[in-house]
Amino acid sequence: MPERAEVRKKAEAARQKPGKFGPDIELSEYTLEAPAYEPRPLAEIDLVDRERLLSAGVDVSGEGRSGSFIQVDKSVIHASPTQEGIEVTSTRAALETYDWLEEYLWQVVSVDADKYTASAELNFQDGYFIRALPGARTVFPVQACLYLKEADISQNVHNIIIAEEGSELHIITGCATDSPELRGLHVGISEFYVKKNAKISFSMIHNWAPKISVRPRSGIRVEEGGVFLNNFICLHPVETLQLFPAAFLVGEGATARFNSVMMAPEGSHMDVGSKAVLSAPGTRCEMIARSITTGGEVINRGLLIGEVAGVKAHLECRGMILKGGGRIYAIPELDGKVEGVDMSHEAAVGKIARDEVEYLMARGLSEDEAVATIVRGFMNVDIEGLPPVLAEQIEQAIELSQQSLL
Amino acid sequence: MLEIEDLTVSIEGNRLLTDINLRIEDGETRMLFGENGSGKTSLLMAIMGLGDYQVESGRIRFKGEDITGLTPDERARRGIGIMFQRPPTIRGLKVKDMLEIIQRNGKDAEELAAQVNFTEFLERDINAGFSGGEIKRAELLQLMAQDPDLVLLDEPESGVDLVNLDVVGNAIGRLLQRDVHRGRSKSGLIITHSGYILDYVEADKGCVLVNETIWCTGNPHEIMKGIREHGYEECLTCQRELK
Ligand SMILES: Nc1ncnc2c1ncn2[C@@H]1O[C@H](COP(=O)(O)OP(=O)(O)OP(=O)(O)O)[C@@H](O)[C@H]1O
Ligand SMILES: [Mg+2]
Repeated sequence: MPERAEVRKKAEAARQKPGKFGPDIELSEYTLEAPAYEPRPLAEIDLVDRERLLSAGVDVSGEGRSGSFIQVDKSVIHASPTQEGIEVTSTRAALETYDWLEEYLWQVVSVDADKYTASAELNFQDGYFIRALPGARTVFPVQACLYLKEADISQNVHNIIIAEEGSELHIITGCATDSPELRGLHVGISEFYVKKNAKISFSMIHNWAPKISVRPRSGIRVEEGGVFLNNFICLHPVETLQLFPAAFLVGEGATARFNSVMMAPEGSHMDVGSKAVLSAPGTRCEMIARSITTGGEVINRGLLIGEVAGVKAHLECRGMILKGGGRIYAIPELDGKVEGVDMSHEAAVGKIARDEVEYLMARGLSEDEAVATIVRGFMNVDIEGLPPVLAEQIEQAIELSQQSLL
Repeated sequence: MLEIEDLTVSIEGNRLLTDINLRIEDGETRMLFGENGSGKTSLLMAIMGLGDYQVESGRIRFKGEDITGLTPDERARRGIGIMFQRPPTIRGLKVKDMLEIIQRNGKDAEELAAQVNFTEFLERDINAGFSGGEIKRAELLQLMAQDPDLVLLDEPESGVDLVNLDVVGNAIGRLLQRDVHRGRSKSGLIITHSGYILDYVEADKGCVLVNETIWCTGNPHEIMKGIREHGYEECLTCQRELK
């Protein structure tokens, strides 16, 4: 167990360390100051724009959820589970309750990885703690919301998610801003622990704004027979978003699956990917990325590392450049370190195929309808555990960007 | 239903069809023969307004209206439907969803699919990994949902196995109302090499595409017999050229 002081020291040393990927962000341009808000019941939450949250998959009514967590800037304004065996609270509160929790901090994400991880440690502003007790299974997803409200705010959270042995945890995380004009920075550390034969399905929906910079840092440890499903959806503008979660499949037969669906309008820079280290026999990983640009820049990374024989992994990355230009840069990487690994990748970047458009036109669809149908299909990755709100989201995003699609 | 007058079509500057004249009446089904590469598919594509096929001169009239300059969707909405020989795959678009999008007259996807043995494909992405015969059934299924007045079929029986040949043949027969004798309104233009489809669709006439244009209009069985005995070139000397 690393000593607190030692962790602080490492963080201090990494204060100025730029991220490995993504444009550098000057942290001093943002403020850590924001009003403190008291916790309150869901029914009394009026601090947030419910519509903007809903399109990030968070339903403030809490209906159809096994628990809710809402943090506005640095204040946790609500955290409560509604199901037996499921814990939902703030990281700060959980650290006070559980002595052992320290051992879960900075284990699958390094505190000195870059200035953002350092900032999350040095400027710790809470975050969520979600845990399923052994054998517990969420009936509905737990929702967690990280919300930016104050101008120029820098939000620094540290989340811990644990699925104990044989449990099953579904989580929807929605990120949103109070207004489309808001400028701000979100730094979010998430450490996931999937114990033996447990399962976490984690869907993250970003609904940021054109002047928001985002640096999530996630690590996932999956033990024997465990399953980790990660869905990432970002269909709205963002100034710069860079994330590269790493899954460590350490137990025999552990599985991870990453899906991402992105749409980058002009002015958005998204550098998104994932990494998986398959270090136990029979581990599996699949990564599927779909990105569309209507003028923005998308970098799609994928890194599979096979360390023992008998692992299987596949990475599929497809990008579509629509009218309006933009750029999609796909970087799939495979690193097989021993004989007997089975890893493959598939990447394609292109524009909408004319023959597909004509095919649909010959069936009576107008050119606009045909393009929208193809785009909808393109983004229609079969995503397990994803809330229906996504379908509406995709629909909305397509409609919004209709002009730039054609 | 369809009147083509002196139609000349080229692609990327190469002429494929010259002075085509073709008239298909309401309720009539026409067979189109011709050797590989003679331009049959190109003619269908030009009628539908697809691809890079350039109409150099001439007119295409549908139900009395000049449609030569219309887009494919405008033609489709006026009642023309086409079976593609090599349709593209559209990822993420399920056969079922496609049928729902294009259906006219409240046709039910499940019911239609059952008619062509295609129920188990409804959840598949359209044309993704379909075999030759499956593509034919998928195309036909879409046409059934669309229910066009003029059906353009590109070798509907090729690649279809013996059991499904029955299924496909009968479905085409229904699509073209071959079971209706009075007041039949649907028309068809069907490309075929084998002529198997004639067992299901008693076509009124056949014609042959040779040397970029249409020759020899007459009884489809006789035409096939002629082609089999004397080859396609023989049609050039035939007196029944349609002008
Ligand atoms: N896009 C294109 N570019 C160049 N040549 C083309 C193009 N499309 C068709 N052709 C040529 O036009 C000619 C006619 O092709 P088409 O597909 O119409 O023939 P077909 O009669 O349908 O043949 P088949 O019986 O083999 O299906 C062929 O020589 C073909 O190679
Ligand atoms: Mg052909």
